[in-house]
This record gives sequence, C-alpha cells and structure tokens, in this order.
Amino acid sequence: MTLLGLYNYWIYIFLLVVGLYAVLVNGNYVKRMIGLGIFQAAVFLLFITMDKVDGGTGPIFRGSPELDQIFANPLPQVLILTAIVVGIAVTALGLAIAIRIREEYGSVEEADTRRLDKQA
Amino acid sequence: MMLETVLGVFTLTMVAVVAVATVMSSNLFVSSIWFGIFSLLMASNFFILDAADVALTEAAVGAGVSTVLFMGALALTAEKESYKQKISWLPIIALGTLALVLFVATFEQPVLGDPNAPVHVHVAPWYIENTPRYINIPNIVTAILASFRGYDTLGEVIVIFTAGIGVLSVLSFKPKGQKAISGERIGTKVRGVQHHAILRVVGKLIIPVLLLFGLLVQFHGKYSPGGGFSAGALFAAAVMLYGILEGADRSSAAMPQKVMLRLAALGATLYTGVGVVCMLLGGNFLDYNVLWSNPVTGQYVGILLVEFGVGLTVTTVLVMIFNAIANRPTYQA
Repeated sequence: MTLLGLYNYWIYIFLLVVGLYAVLVNGNYVKRMIGLGIFQAAVFLLFITMDKVDGGTGPIFRGSPELDQIFANPLPQVLILTAIVVGIAVTALGLAIAIRIREEYGSVEEADTRRLDKQA
Repeated sequence: MMLETVLGVFTLTMVAVVAVATVMSSNLFVSSIWFGIFSLLMASNFFILDAADVALTEAAVGAGVSTVLFMGALALTAEKESYKQKISWLPIIALGTLALVLFVATFEQPVLGDPNAPVHVHVAPWYIENTPRYINIPNIVTAILASFRGYDTLGEVIVIFTAGIGVLSVLSFKPKGQKAISGERIGTKVRGVQHHAILRVVGKLIIPVLLLFGLLVQFHGKYSPGGGFSAGALFAAAVMLYGILEGADRSSAAMPQKVMLRLAALGATLYTGVGVVCMLLGGNFLDYNVLWSNPVTGQYVGILLVEFGVGLTVTTVLVMIFNAIANRPTYQA
C-alpha cells in the first residue's frame, strides 16, 4: 500500500524523462513542442498529486458542516489551473515560430536548418 | 477508497503508455492525436485526485484547443518527420541517471493522500478556514485564484495576452519574394468537412451547448468547479469547432482579429482597472473589500469582474491564435 502511494511520483518521473527525451533528441520542432507538452504535464501531475488528502473532497463547500470536513489542498490546484492556460499560450507561440521557420527554410527539421545556416 | 486507487493507477499507467506512443510515432498527425488522448487521460486522473477545476481546464485546453492548434501548425509545416529518429546514448544515459536519482528520492516523499504531508499543514489550512469568513463563496479555488492571490492571476493574464500578441506579430510577417499558394489556406481546405453531412450536423449541434456550458462555467464558477480560465478555453473551443466545420475564413469573419485584439486588451485592462478602482476607493491594489459597503459583497463583486476579465482575455487570445494559424496561406520556400 505504501508503494502504491508512490506510484504517482514514478509516473511523474517517467513523463518528465520521456518529454525531455523528445525535446533533446528529436530534430523536428513541432515534435519538440509536443515533448515540451508532456514535460509540462509531468509537472502538473506532481503538483496535483500533492493536493490529495485521504477521505477529502474537492475544495468546494457544500453548505453543511457534516459534508465540509476534509478538503483537498486548493493551493496547488490554483497554480496548475493558471499554468495550463499559460502553457497552451506558450505552445501556440512556439508553433507560430515553427511555421515561420518552415516558410524561411522550407523545413522544420533541425538538421536542415543547421545545414542551410552553414551554407549562408 | 479502493476504487479510487485502482482507477488512479489504471489511468496513470495509460498516461505513461500513451506518452511513449506520442513520442515514438514519426507521423506528427498521429502524434498530436495521441497527445490529445494523453491530455484527456491526464484530465480524468486530475479529477480522481480531487482537482475538478484543473480537470475541467485540462480537458478543454489539452484535449480540445491544443490538438486543434497542432493540426493547424502541421498543415503549414510537415505532417511527417523527415529523418528517422536515431537512438543517441548520451541523452538516454543522462536522463536515466536523472530518473534514477528522482526515483530514489521518492521514497522520502509523503505517500499519496497523507494528511500530515508538509504541504497540508502550513498556509493551506488558513485559506480553507478563512475563505467563508472573508469571501464567503463555496469554491475555495476560485476564492484563492481571484482574490487572495489575485496578483499572480493578473500576471498570468498578462502572460497570456503577451503570448497572443507574440503569435500575431510572428505570423504577420509576409515572406519576401515568396508567393502564397492560392486556395491553399487551411480554412478553405477544411471546407471539405462540408461534404460530411453527419460531422457538420452533429458538430453544429454541439456549438450552442458548448457556449452554454461555457457561460455556466464562467458565471457559476464561484459555486462549482470553473472560472474564467476554463470558460475561456470552452468558448474558444466552440469558435474553433465552428471554424473547422464551416471554414476558418468564416470564423474569422465572425470574430475579426482586430476586434479580438481589442477585447483581449480590454479583459486585461478590466482586471487591472478593478485593482485601480480599489486603490481610488482607499483600499490596496486588488483589495475588493472597499468595492461595496459590505466587505464580503465587495469581494463577490470584485471576483465577478476579475473572472470576467480573465474569461474575456483567454477566449479572445485563443480565438486570435486559431484564426491567425488557420488563415495563414501556405508559402513556398
């Protein structure tokens, strides 16, 4: 049971590494943004894992003292709620830059853009 | 309790498998679909972890909006990776070491749901205890987001606005000496969906429901999960659906970029303006107590206005980004 309680952290580590691997190794800029998305999601998972309290509910009062005993921690939720929307805005900016790179270089592969940069 | 654990382990295992599939696939179209599934699974796991607000936002943003944006970007770049992925050992060894260190460190971590974990004993109880007294709205997440930590949220709104401006300015360049290939806009290509009667009819039925749900999430966010961020993503998703079904030229005719840009600025200004009005009335910046004769009502009014500003900015920025990408002509390099 104690080990199962750590399962969320393990998945967090796995996603972190997989996302980072895609960012580091893959030469395609769009794929890198996807990798960055997975990396981000790993951090979201870490924070949301922290908020859970056994026997608790989501942090919303339901108007009766018997029901409103234990709540999940609202602070990590607030942080991640805003981070998700900021994340998509940043992803969109990255994609826009990838589109511009394709227009100038004719490719979104790092190998091609490097080669063309050397030629220039 | 038991069911929760089983569901949690199941969805997380699925998440891990889907993440691998996302990264391994060399077809980027397939990869972005996998990524949408990844986000949806992640959202359901957030729900299991008692974070309903976050789950709602992740489902709307991750599975909806981001998949559409990736599709749009793929249509303008390349659908497949040009080079085969080589296995390079240095990153694998480095990341493997990182994973190992983090893995060993997890044994020092509090287990999932431990009520005595450090994060639960300090600061957070104060918010839970005092939300009814100072703000008196049921959703503690909204109370913290819009009032207690209103400064942070203002910063986030500015970041989103800036990203929107960034996308617009990056995509407002016209490449020199290159001709746009006419009729190759994604929007007009996507007009092809018009042939699919079932998709169009069913899709159009979803749009009003989506907008209505967005309104609920926006204005009922004080009592139930929701708020400006998730509502904004839902509204934007509705517009994107319209753009996909009817062509992006129509969605940007219905929502012109110039108007969207001004509304996005208005949303951020409304947020800041509420803060300034608070100062003019003798309070601190974003201290809503002074907005009404009764401090608790003042908080209520302040949160309502601020959340509306957030919703406005998020909706318009996302719509703006979608229109900018979808209406971009293809240029031949």
